[in-house]
Amino acid sequence: MKVADILKWENTKILCCEDSIANIITDGYVSDLLSDVIAHANENMAWITIQTHKNIVAIASLKELACIIITNNNIPADDLIEAAKQENIPIITTSMTSFDTAGKLYIALHS
Amino acid sequence: MSDNLYDFVADLHIHTVLSPCGSLDMSPINIVKEASKKGLDIIGITDHNASANCKVTYDISIDYGITTLCGLEVTTKEEIHCLAFFQNFDTLDFFQKYIDDNIIKINNDPDKFGYQLIVDKDENIIDQIDWLLINATNITIDDLEKKVHELDGLFIPAHIDRSTYSLISQLGIVPKDISVDAYEVSKYSTPQSIIKFFPYTENNQFISDSDAHYIRDIGSISTVFHIKNRSFDEIRKALHKIDGRDVYINYQK
Repeated sequence: MKVADILKWENTKILCCEDSIANIITDGYVSDLLSDVIAHANENMAWITIQTHKNIVAIASLKELACIIITNNNIPADDLIEAAKQENIPIITTSMTSFDTAGKLYIALHS
Repeated sequence: MSDNLYDFVADLHIHTVLSPCGSLDMSPINIVKEASKKGLDIIGITDHNASANCKVTYDISIDYGITTLCGLEVTTKEEIHCLAFFQNFDTLDFFQKYIDDNIIKINNDPDKFGYQLIVDKDENIIDQIDWLLINATNITIDDLEKKVHELDGLFIPAHIDRSTYSLISQLGIVPKDISVDAYEVSKYSTPQSIIKFFPYTENNQFISDSDAHYIRDIGSISTVFHIKNRSFDEIRKALHKIDGRDVYINYQK
C-alpha cells in the first residue's frame, strides 16, 4: 500500500509533504521511544507514535521510513513540520489512538 | 590579576524522602551527614518535580560547611528527566508553581510508589504531596529549557546515557539546537562515549552525579568545580569555562 491509502481513512490529515504520498508502506511500527525506533524500525515502515518532538523526523529519515502517523490528536510543533519538509517525510495526524491506527494499518497490509 | 581558584567536589543529583522512589532514610540531615562523610563540598537536591525539602537541607548543610544547590528533576512531556537549579528561593518557588500547574495530577498510592514526604530538620513529617511526583509534566523539553533560562537557572539534561527517561532514550539523538548548561552522564558512562556518537557535543560541558536514592550512593560519583567560591554564578561560570573556571568528573572514587 501507499501513504496515499492512509489519507483515505476518516479522521486523518496530512500536514506535510504531499509530494511523498506515493511512498510504499510494507509494514508498521508503534513506539514513542526514539531510541527504540532507531534500534528496531526498518525502511518503508509507517511509524505510529504520540511523540511530537522534531527529532522524530530525523529518525524517520535515518531509517528511511515511509511516513509518520501522529495519533490521538497530538499536534506537532511548527519546527517539526519545517524539518519534515527538508527531509520529505510525510507527517499524518489522526484522532485515532495508536492501537486503533495500528489495527487499521495491520488489516490494510494483511488482508 | 587572575582569581585564586579552588577545587570543590560536588554531587548535584540527590533525591530526598520527597521522591516516592527515594529511601525513607533520605532525610535532609542524613543526606548532609553522608555528604560530609564523603567529602562533598556542594550537593544538589533534586526531587522529582518537587523542591519542598531543599530549603531545610540548605539550612542544615551550612552547619556542615556544605553548600546546597536547590533544584528539581523535571519530567518533560517526552518523559526526559532534566535537572533545573535556581539561584534563590523566590525563583525556585516561582518555578515550582509552574511545574505544579503543568504536571499531570494523579493521586499517589504510597503502597505502590512510595511516600512523598516533606520533613523538617529534625525529621518530623510536616506534610506530604498527594499527586504522584514521578508523572510527566506537559512541558516540552524545548519549553522547559526556555523557562529555566528565563529565570536565570541552570538546565542540565540528566543521565543522558541511561536507557530510560533520558534525552537519548526518548529522543534517540541529542538535539543539535538545544541550549544546555551541561549534560549529566551516569556513573556507568563517560562523556567520551557520548561524544563518540554525537561529536557535536564535544564543546558541551559534562558532569556526573550519583542520582542517589539511597544514603550509601551519595557521592558514589562526583564532579569537581574549579572555582573562586561556591556561589551560583561561579558554578555557572565553571560550566561555561569562563575566566579560567572549569569542571571535571571525579573518577578517583
